[in-house]
Amino acid sequence: MIVNFFRNATGTVKTINRKYAQPHMKMTTAVRFSLGLLRFYLLFLVAIMVYKFVVTLHQ
Amino acid sequence: MNVLSTIFYRYKKVLKVAKLYLLIAGPGIIVMVADNDAGGITTYTATGARYGFYLIWFLILLGPVAYYVQEMTVRLGAVTKRGHAEAIFHSFGAFWGWFSLLDLVLVDWLTMITEFVGMTAALSIFGVPPIVTVILSWILMGTMVVQGRYWTWEKAALVFCALNLIYIPAAFMINPPVQKILHGSFIPQLPPGGFTNALFFLIMANIGTTIAPWMVFFQQSAVVDKNMQEKDMLWGKIDTAVGSLLTVVVAAGCVVLTGTLLPGQNISDAATAAIRFMGINKYVGAFLAIGLFDAGFLGAICISLASSWAFGEVFGWAHSLNHKIKEAPWFYAYYFFDLLLAGTVVLIPRAPLVLITLFVQVIAVTLLPAALVFLILLLNDEQTMGQYKNTRFQNFANISIVAMIIVVSTLYGISAIFPNILGG
Repeated sequence: MIVNFFRNATGTVKTINRKYAQPHMKMTTAVRFSLGLLRFYLLFLVAIMVYKFVVTLHQ
Repeated sequence: MNVLSTIFYRYKKVLKVAKLYLLIAGPGIIVMVADNDAGGITTYTATGARYGFYLIWFLILLGPVAYYVQEMTVRLGAVTKRGHAEAIFHSFGAFWGWFSLLDLVLVDWLTMITEFVGMTAALSIFGVPPIVTVILSWILMGTMVVQGRYWTWEKAALVFCALNLIYIPAAFMINPPVQKILHGSFIPQLPPGGFTNALFFLIMANIGTTIAPWMVFFQQSAVVDKNMQEKDMLWGKIDTAVGSLLTVVVAAGCVVLTGTLLPGQNISDAATAAIRFMGINKYVGAFLAIGLFDAGFLGAICISLASSWAFGEVFGWAHSLNHKIKEAPWFYAYYFFDLLLAGTVVLIPRAPLVLITLFVQVIAVTLLPAALVFLILLLNDEQTMGQYKNTRFQNFANISIVAMIIVVSTLYGISAIFPNILGG
């Protein structure tokens, strides 16, 4: 069962990606703005984590 | 005779309402009480020991905060019949869906390790070796789901929720200074010394423990699994309100315990507080240890289920507690895999448990804002919610709360990465 799962995993992921390729929510300005802000926020967090990682490596 | 019949009629009516509530009650109470998990109990005991009763009013304010966020999941689940993971995939597409699902899996697994740490530390006070605690927990967790009935799981979880209230009798057993507690509960004030960095850190920790990402995913999926309909929404809201009341009462109970018995002491975790209590009043110490085990146990079963439901929804597996194991093998396989993996990590000698605890705070900060923003957007989508979309007042309350949680949890996460940013 587990071997089968991993053998089919790529296909399953592709099916999920196809199923949810298009967002079903109406992309209003408010929604676009919120999602943009969220991307910026996550990039900011990743940046400080990378910074911390680099600083820790050099210590 | 007329008076008697009126009383009897009213009694029957109240009984009927109570029975109906008991049928619907579940997800709201469970998620809110499980919110007082091992990490939560540690935060409350540290708060009480450090600042006495001065911050109880603040904990009371966190009750409505938790209610407003979780109430949205009740509406969303009952209207869309989708869990939060599936709702994100459906409404925002595969990118945000995968981000949320994978982040949830990671943060849930890390949080579960901290729950097992709490459970093993609690029972070690009674001399139970960690391996016995972990195996005992696995057996209990397995027994709860093996029946293949949501109802059985929910009622068993409610029994563990009732056990979580053990802090309340414990608080009464130590003859606490009632007047000071009432003063700290209803008159907003800062502790002596004013607004320091240490105080700010504990306030952030308390807010951080009030809303966790798994709670949003758990309650929405539980509402769907329970097959709650739009007409049941009011009961779901009452259930959530009762749960938020209980969560505040338990938090206040912990603060009263350490505020009375260990004032001014630095407590690193709840198990340390229980050990110190043992030297003062062994029954109270035992109660705190039992409560800590129960908190970790409740947290672990809910968090593991939140991930299993999310995976089941997205991958299209059968994913209901109403299915027997052979009917939903992947759902249960993931549930047990998660629990086995988290429990095993705790048993590894010299496992970096402190680092894991730190990691939980950091990773949770990446998921919580996203989950809450999606929640607000979905609740404002007329196409999704119809007449149940957020009203103007709900938007005002929810957006203010979510903005506050995002700011504070981000600061909390950053202070975990850079401990000196708040001056130690």
